[in-house]
Amino acid sequence: MDSIISLIRAAVSFGTVIMFGSIGEIITEKSGNLNLGVPGIMYLGGIASLSGVYVYENATENPSSLVCVVIALLCAFIASALGGLIYAFLTITLRANQNVTGLTLTIFGSGVANFFGGSLNTLAGKFEQIAVPVTSAAFRAVFAPLANLGIVGQLVFSYGFMVYLAVIVAIATHFFLNHTRKGLNLRAVGESPATADAAGINVTKNKYLAICIGAGISGFGGTYYVMDYIKGTWANDGSIETLGWLAVALVIFTTWKSKNAIGGAYLFGILYWMYNYVPGLTRSSMEIFKMLPYVVTLVVLIIVSLKNSKEKQPPASLGQAYFREDR
Amino acid sequence: MNDIAISLQGVTKVFGETVANKDVTMDVKRGEILALLGENGSGKTTLMNMLSGIYYPDGGTISVDGVPVDIRSPKDAFELGIGMVHQHFKLVDVFTAAENMILGVETKERFDRKKVYADMNEICEKYGFDINPEQKVYDMSVSQKQTLEIVKVLYRGANILILDEPTAVLTPQETEKLFNVIRNMKENGKSVIIITHKLHEVLAISDRVAILRKGEYIDTIDTSTATEAILTEMMVGKKVELNIDRPEVKEKFKRLEIKHLNCVDADGVRVLKDINFDVYSGEILGIAGISGNGQKELLEAIAGLQLVSPDSSVVYFEPSEQEESQLVGRTPKQIRDLGVHLSFVPEDRLGMGLVGSMGMSENMMLKNYGEAKGVFTDLKRPKALADQIKEDLEVVTPSLNTPVRKLSGGNVQKVLVGREIASNPTVLMTAYAVRGLDINTSYTIYHLLNEQKKNGVAVIYVGEDLDVLVELCDRIVVLCGGRVNGILDGRNTTKEEIGLLMTNLKEEEN
Repeated sequence: MDSIISLIRAAVSFGTVIMFGSIGEIITEKSGNLNLGVPGIMYLGGIASLSGVYVYENATENPSSLVCVVIALLCAFIASALGGLIYAFLTITLRANQNVTGLTLTIFGSGVANFFGGSLNTLAGKFEQIAVPVTSAAFRAVFAPLANLGIVGQLVFSYGFMVYLAVIVAIATHFFLNHTRKGLNLRAVGESPATADAAGINVTKNKYLAICIGAGISGFGGTYYVMDYIKGTWANDGSIETLGWLAVALVIFTTWKSKNAIGGAYLFGILYWMYNYVPGLTRSSMEIFKMLPYVVTLVVLIIVSLKNSKEKQPPASLGQAYFREDR
Repeated sequence: MNDIAISLQGVTKVFGETVANKDVTMDVKRGEILALLGENGSGKTTLMNMLSGIYYPDGGTISVDGVPVDIRSPKDAFELGIGMVHQHFKLVDVFTAAENMILGVETKERFDRKKVYADMNEICEKYGFDINPEQKVYDMSVSQKQTLEIVKVLYRGANILILDEPTAVLTPQETEKLFNVIRNMKENGKSVIIITHKLHEVLAISDRVAILRKGEYIDTIDTSTATEAILTEMMVGKKVELNIDRPEVKEKFKRLEIKHLNCVDADGVRVLKDINFDVYSGEILGIAGISGNGQKELLEAIAGLQLVSPDSSVVYFEPSEQEESQLVGRTPKQIRDLGVHLSFVPEDRLGMGLVGSMGMSENMMLKNYGEAKGVFTDLKRPKALADQIKEDLEVVTPSLNTPVRKLSGGNVQKVLVGREIASNPTVLMTAYAVRGLDINTSYTIYHLLNEQKKNGVAVIYVGEDLDVLVELCDRIVVLCGGRVNGILDGRNTTKEEIGLLMTNLKEEEN
């Protein structure tokens, strides 16, 4: 029983990282742009929040938890949105190839983050490991009365606030895309920019906004990872990149519907951590278990293709640049 | 009282080195139906796109209700009450009808589906449309999509409607319905501009006709004083013979013998049911039918692109030694190599046969790259062929390397048909070869087909225009519901007879 609870708790934490990443990417892809820079953007979000609060915590006698959280989220959003802006400028205004630009952004983001992360560790001095204890504690704080409610408390109420924020963002995104005029317009841009344009929708503006805001949300995945998942430190081990690619896979798994990202993210988490809980695995058979999230994504792709349902396809103009006077 | 709704003064638009519209000056009156007539590439669509804000003019002024205006985007056009129904529908497939209707509408109102449905039903009632607000666009027929486009424009309060070739993909019945709607709109005081190159439609629906030729405005005349001959001459710039030849070929040989051809599509629907007919050299065999009644599958089955039921038989007789070979079971390439060629022009023209981003030369290469020796491609021959087709068929293209998707529709079709003819086929199958083409180009294609027929090629011509089928074809196979519903002699049939066979399946004989 304990091991199941522990697996689920690990899955929820893990899922939260990729849920942010994938909701951001869903918003981006709904505008018709495929941003493969998600891992890089999550890196940017992670390092920006870490740098921001590191400076704040070291400059203040008694850093306030609330200010720490605000600084972390703000820095993450701005840095990630800037990453998105670079991508948007290249792909929308200059009409560069989206796949190439996205991959470049991933390389760029991980390079920048690991450079600053390494530097921060050096700055941290003798222990050679940076720490932002106040912020990390704020991110990991749980509401004790609920968290102590036995199993339910452990399973549902014993996480930092970002776990719940991710779920709220997923639902809010779903509502925005399906039940507001602005969301409808955004989806039209991703499905058929020429149609949207002829209907008087500003395609460029919609794409820029969706990409930058989407990137900002993806960046929160990096923040959660750094502040909660690895408890306010930095590791130059490339794990954010792995998570970033899983976030991209999750977008496909959800068939571009953000509310599916909630269950999907936790499922990926369970599949990802399963190897720790299956007894008698050798080192090599563990690796087979780590494949499971990707296998599941493939299976979903196969099922969706077989069903050939128009509702479960990617936005129709995904990956294509739009130019009004193109003939 | 000023009755001019839109006035164009010296409007010019240039794409790179191509002048699409040159110094166009014309008026549209309030409450009239104005037909805009011109050949392919004469700049009709470009001109209208400037009114609807898709393109921005490089020169000249546009006035609406006497006031000079600056239309920088479709939004500006909507605010001026100008709405356009584009030739290629601007609809989002996965959205419902109602969602498509409210796209881009700026309002502070909450997105309330019920309210939108009610608004939509109100418009439908007023103009006599039949449309379900909750239906998804991908489930709609072409004519439903078009209706939705019109509803969309009306919802946004347009007083001036521009319809770009609205009848190109409609059946005669659907066209008649559309015309009633257009007359209805006119009675409601709206101006309608209809772009078309079907002359009989111009005469049937419009009040006045404006003619463009090679981007220049020629004249506007009252429809009451116009005839097909006058209009054609104005459009083309010279007198054009409006008769289609039907040369007699004395020696005819059997080329294809189709027996018990059955075909089931991916969804398990029987699309071809027991098809039997023969195809002869030196004749044009027409295939008529309402679109979606098996024409496409029939041609594809012959070309080896469709899986057919095992008992089907398509026997091919070679011209030289009268050798027989069974085509069912062979690969498309083997069938091609025997001389059976298919040129299919789908609704979007590029969907089959040509690669849009490649130039003419490279598209020529698609069909014969296998003939070159060694590992390197032979670039010379395709280029020579492309050159020849460009010359013979008067293809207008800046260069042989210009991606074909940048050419106008008519020119794309010339490339497609030209390539198939150039490969010396013994059986030439064309589907919708003149779809969306203007008169002059259409006649060029008919002429080409007749040339092939005289050279002893068996030509199969799937067509939409019944007048043309009756004039051009020696025999006409009428398909209905995937069955051969009659084989008529082109010399003594009428389009009414064909029309009847297209829509009424004869009693099954057995």
